[in-house]
Amino acid sequence: MNTMNPVIDQDAKVEKAPEPPAGNGINDADLEGRTVGRPFADAPKFSLRDVEVFYGETRAIKRISLDIARNEVIAFIGPSGCGKSTFLRCLNRMNDSIDICRVKGQLQLDGHDIYDPKRDVVELRARVGMVFQKPNPFPKSIYDNVAYGPRIHGLANRKSDLDDIVERSLRGAGLWNEVKDRLDTPGTGLSGGQQQRLCIARAIAVSPEVVLMDEPCSALDPIATARIEELIAELSESYTIIIVTHSMQQAARVSDRTAYFHLGHLVEVNETNKVFTTPQHPLTESYITGRFG
Amino acid sequence: MKKDEDVYGDHISHQFNEDLAGLKEDFLRMGGMVEQQVVDAIDALIDGDGHRADEIRGRDKQVDRLELEIDEEATRIIARRQPAARDLRLVLSVIKMVADLERIGDEAKKIAKFALSLSEEGKAPRGYVETRHIGNHVSQMLRDSLDAFARLDSEQALRIMKEDKRVDEEYQAATRTLVTFMMEDPRNITRCMSVMWVLRALERVGDHACNIAEHVIFMAKGEDVRHTPMEEAEKVVGR
Repeated sequence: MNTMNPVIDQDAKVEKAPEPPAGNGINDADLEGRTVGRPFADAPKFSLRDVEVFYGETRAIKRISLDIARNEVIAFIGPSGCGKSTFLRCLNRMNDSIDICRVKGQLQLDGHDIYDPKRDVVELRARVGMVFQKPNPFPKSIYDNVAYGPRIHGLANRKSDLDDIVERSLRGAGLWNEVKDRLDTPGTGLSGGQQQRLCIARAIAVSPEVVLMDEPCSALDPIATARIEELIAELSESYTIIIVTHSMQQAARVSDRTAYFHLGHLVEVNETNKVFTTPQHPLTESYITGRFG
Repeated sequence: MKKDEDVYGDHISHQFNEDLAGLKEDFLRMGGMVEQQVVDAIDALIDGDGHRADEIRGRDKQVDRLELEIDEEATRIIARRQPAARDLRLVLSVIKMVADLERIGDEAKKIAKFALSLSEEGKAPRGYVETRHIGNHVSQMLRDSLDAFARLDSEQALRIMKEDKRVDEEYQAATRTLVTFMMEDPRNITRCMSVMWVLRALERVGDHACNIAEHVIFMAKGEDVRHTPMEEAEKVVGR
């Protein structure tokens, strides 16, 4: 019997493994709800207060409060597993599809509760569009990829209206000139960078107010990346853009504000210029200067 | 504050640590070199040692070469590492501070030139006490500013900035003395003017040391205290 005990003990240890230390001698308790910098804005697009996200028993997001201003580009950065994507996906309820995922706190879009049970999630996602890490065009023609959203949302009554939306969206995504002569060919036949811009065109076809981007360039080469970044700058005139990125240079290039996440905490939010020259929090500094231990 | 070697030396990339350490080391080497040039130039002047003055002028080429090397090193780090935050501030500051060091080197060369001509013409009758005094003062400032850089010590940098006011006062007092002397006997004018130029060069060395100190505060605190009142700089350092 005794010989069994060590095995059981080991299992118990694994289950009770403490959360990894925050590094730099900083404790979890020092970070919770203590975001430094400028997390709040006047008349924000999103007002997020004490947001917590649980995957089963695990608390993946730990009481984060943040405002996202209208027409700003805000970048979420942080090491893998810091919760930036999880937090992003709360904003248009993409986490709903994960059974064990629970979201707590107040999350408001233009003053209205995002998680109101009466809210139409399809309508929410039309207003808050999303572009994913890997380009994922539908196995349809280029035209139908873009026209799909407007069709199901009934945004166009006539073929000519739909044509207009498709052209405008493809132009908005900087893809029109490259594909205008082959709109009926499959979207999957485009290059990776073109596919990603097609997905952006698809996202903006339903006239969203916000575009969420989850590492939109991680599968693209530098030139395609530069095109998308250029596009982000143009889109920011009409949309609020929230981008999760692993590339700090990208965050520095495209965003107005940068938010640094660490182990489910929002450590620091500030103007991007400030974050990359004089970050306030030592953890932010460690991360952006490549010191992360 | 963390120890100096921790501040720039704990990147995941070992090579990056070495690049930054190399940059710092070369900057300090150049700093040591120009500091020696200033000290030697003052000695050569006061001892009337033309041979030594000649040597100093020759060594300025080494200083210039080091400036180019450090600039190249810094450019390479920016291109390859895209430094951010305090690493970026270090690289930017070094780029600007080498220009100050190079100018200090030029001032030392200038002093050596006057040392040479004065040694040929015979000693200037007055102003050597002041030269020695201001010379010691500014070389100490330069030494302290390099030390503040090495230790990223913003408090010491602030003290250097304050010292610069005193150098300016000493310079003005010395100038008045020399002017009085020139008025007393016009035959002294040429030689006294040479000493005046030397004092002027030393005063400039103090200014450059002060610039380095300002950059040290920028490196440590992330705020630019150039062209700001002293009280502002005190506030920044106190944070």
